[in-house]
Amino acid sequence: MMKKTDSNYSRRSFLKVTSLSGGGMMLGISWFASAKPEDSLAELNIEPVWQEVTSFIKIASDNSIKIFSPNPEFGQNVMTSLPMLIAEELDVDWKQVEVEQGNYDPKAFPRQFTGGSQGIRMAWKQLRTVGSAGRQMILTAASQAWNLPVSELTTANGMITHAFSGKSETYGTFAAAAAKLPVPKDIVLKGNQSFRLIGTPQKNVVAPKIAQGKPLFGMDYREAGMLIAMTERPPAFGMQLKSFDATAAKKMPGIVDIFPIQVFKDDHKFAGFDTRSFNEVIAVVGKSTWDVMNARKKIKAVWEVAPERKEMGVNNRETTVPSGLESTTKHYAQMLEMSKNPGVVERKDGDPEKAFAEAKHVIERTYTAPFLAHNIMEPTNTFAHYVGDKVRFVAPIQIPDWIMPSIVARLGIPKENISIELVRMGGGFGRRAYGHYMIEAALISKQANAPVKLIYSREDDVSAGIYRPSYQLTYRAAFDENKKLIAFHAKGGGVPESPLHANRFPAGAIDNYLAESFVIPSNITIGAFRAPRSNFNAAAEQSFLDEISEYMGKDPIVFRLELLQRAKDNPVGKTNDYDASRYMGVLELVRDKSGWGKPENAGKKRGVSAYFCHNSYAAQVIDLQVKGDQVTVDQVTTALDCGVVVNPEGAKNMAEGAAIDGIGNALFGQLTLTDGRTDQRNFDTYRMIRHNEAPKNIDVHFVKNEIDPTGLGEPPFPPIFGAMANALYQATGKRFYQQPFQPQLKG
Amino acid sequence: MIKKYSVKINKKVHQVEADENMPLLWVLRDILGMEGTKYGCGVGSCGACTVHLNGDAVRSCQLPISALAGTEITTIEGLSAKGDHPVQKAWVDVDVAQCGYCQSGQIMSAAALLKNTPNPTEEDIENFMTGNICRCGTYTRIKKAIQLAASK
Repeated sequence: MMKKTDSNYSRRSFLKVTSLSGGGMMLGISWFASAKPEDSLAELNIEPVWQEVTSFIKIASDNSIKIFSPNPEFGQNVMTSLPMLIAEELDVDWKQVEVEQGNYDPKAFPRQFTGGSQGIRMAWKQLRTVGSAGRQMILTAASQAWNLPVSELTTANGMITHAFSGKSETYGTFAAAAAKLPVPKDIVLKGNQSFRLIGTPQKNVVAPKIAQGKPLFGMDYREAGMLIAMTERPPAFGMQLKSFDATAAKKMPGIVDIFPIQVFKDDHKFAGFDTRSFNEVIAVVGKSTWDVMNARKKIKAVWEVAPERKEMGVNNRETTVPSGLESTTKHYAQMLEMSKNPGVVERKDGDPEKAFAEAKHVIERTYTAPFLAHNIMEPTNTFAHYVGDKVRFVAPIQIPDWIMPSIVARLGIPKENISIELVRMGGGFGRRAYGHYMIEAALISKQANAPVKLIYSREDDVSAGIYRPSYQLTYRAAFDENKKLIAFHAKGGGVPESPLHANRFPAGAIDNYLAESFVIPSNITIGAFRAPRSNFNAAAEQSFLDEISEYMGKDPIVFRLELLQRAKDNPVGKTNDYDASRYMGVLELVRDKSGWGKPENAGKKRGVSAYFCHNSYAAQVIDLQVKGDQVTVDQVTTALDCGVVVNPEGAKNMAEGAAIDGIGNALFGQLTLTDGRTDQRNFDTYRMIRHNEAPKNIDVHFVKNEIDPTGLGEPPFPPIFGAMANALYQATGKRFYQQPFQPQLKG
Repeated sequence: MIKKYSVKINKKVHQVEADENMPLLWVLRDILGMEGTKYGCGVGSCGACTVHLNGDAVRSCQLPISALAGTEITTIEGLSAKGDHPVQKAWVDVDVAQCGYCQSGQIMSAAALLKNTPNPTEEDIENFMTGNICRCGTYTRIKKAIQLAASK
């Protein structure tokens, strides 16, 4: 069954078709489409604007087919799954498709954006429309060549067949003719049940190159005459450069130049992702990385405590960055103090004050988490070559659109003079949404008058990061004499942002509900980190729900399902931003797949958790053992509802990785500060999860439905923290309120 | 001090002029242009730069060029001619990689493990591979790939 796409796509369509030299067809479709749904964009702080969208297919006369993948790739495997969307509707054999990364080109490609688990969701109709248009044009060309009606022709595996006469030819045969046709006005998409490729497990198209160590990454980029640059920065947050003497350093072998750069101008209007840890740094430029690393040690720099400063936003909102050398112990004390005062009310249902006053029993618990460093395995880097009034980048960057206006503002050149080749990123997790390093590389290339690859050492990356904020949440639950939950209170704050999602579960399920927030200004730079805020909320909330279900004498899954049933049948308030049915669906699936409550699992130390974020639902059950301070995770069972799964192989890999990443961060992850200096500098002091600490087995199950795809990269990450805390309680009899958990286990 | 060195990498002898303390990692990447060996930490804590020294897995960021006389180095580029070493094939079959940055080092460690322990237990794999970090969290797939390679 075929169905027409949303008419607003075709109405606004502006499709372009071009003949390829050599007799092929290149299809570029450009149209204005509403970047819906707008709620997710609001969460990402993007204006819900109309976007120009384009994408490309190339079909050569020898029937070779190339599909460009528009979005930057950082391991979420969109280089496989996005072209699959096009190939499905184009009706070609996946094996004949060659995939190529598209470079940054907002006029040619749709939404070159990696973040917020939105890649597949936003491309779902757009890229299938591209494929379908291509197929329809090839069909029309074949129909004209054969003088047969289109209705008698069928397509499969890049072939067009006329069943009655037995005629069959490749797409390539008609590509040149198709290139001369007008593009179709009405684009027709397949019904889900007609999919041949979507929903089948396909291997990462880049896997063979990765297994051979091919130079795919920004770190691997080089060209003739290229110099290496690194930057020296203050040893602590809250400090700035006063003066420096590079006389000795400049005499070191291989050193070309040493000079200071200012990342943003004094009057810069800061956009949301212009965060950088230090605005003035010392650039060291030399012939090899080793030369530059050695010269850095010889720089005699004088650093001083920076004064309070104001930063003006593009929205004319002024932010005050405080002066001072901050410490984690003080942050924790500040958050505890703030939690005792009234916060900013984010949501209120019923009369929570009265309910708490009349309660027969109240449980109050406070959860705290440290900053986390991204620890992308490929350290921050970028190639830049500034020539005349043009600059060429080869950059690992999640969202080029977000840094472009700032590059333009800083360099004072038009955006047409800036080109960005997008390279595979060795991890991102939010870190590479902040493109200040591109500006740094361009400034260094300009000053050094040479092509330059700027690289951060691991120590630079850990100690001058853009961290997951340090957070705190205090929950209170009120019960009547029958241990019925009558009121719920969440007060969340952080350094320097609150984690609170006031309209998420259990809001909507409890009559009397209060959510408050607070913030503590800081000069520690923070930003997006896989499932921002959710990655802490889930840990705190799901641990608290576990503890109150125990007080109520209820099974933790039954308790959650009862709350969700209430939210489904008779929701409190109108602004709940989750679907209770889908939430229940993942809990029921994880219950069934893990054998929750089954007699054969009675001896297992297991914890459950579920969470909603990035439009998707995830639930996990963890089975573990604790011996001394060693935790062995025997089994993780994950249930996910992210709508239609495009590539089950890649999706499972992502969910498995989220479990391991989450367990590692829950047990070990912490970035702490003493007088502005990070206590962790490298992987010898920042503990990452390792092979012997990974779960012995992970099973991933997807809810099967026909819902258009929702997020996948982030949703399975947050709940794992809660499942760990709850399983650890079962194993040790101790509740875990402070992340990371492992240091609290006694050997 | 800059000196001349002769290093045998992937069965080929290279003449290199470099600072005596320059780690093999940067000799490979910056001088010889062999970028399959990745920089991850520079302190021997992450395994991204793993190569074989006389057949054993070592961290190339910890090996000064002055210590390489008379040794044979194998990098990911020399593990197989066409990416068809059993470990590389298993990595593709199991679809191990996410971002892929650490995988050169993981593969080099796994190949060294299987050379000395052709039929490793799960515990052997976990212990041997513990020096290689993957932030994406592909450890369970890495274990499956090593078991697959061992079974061939």
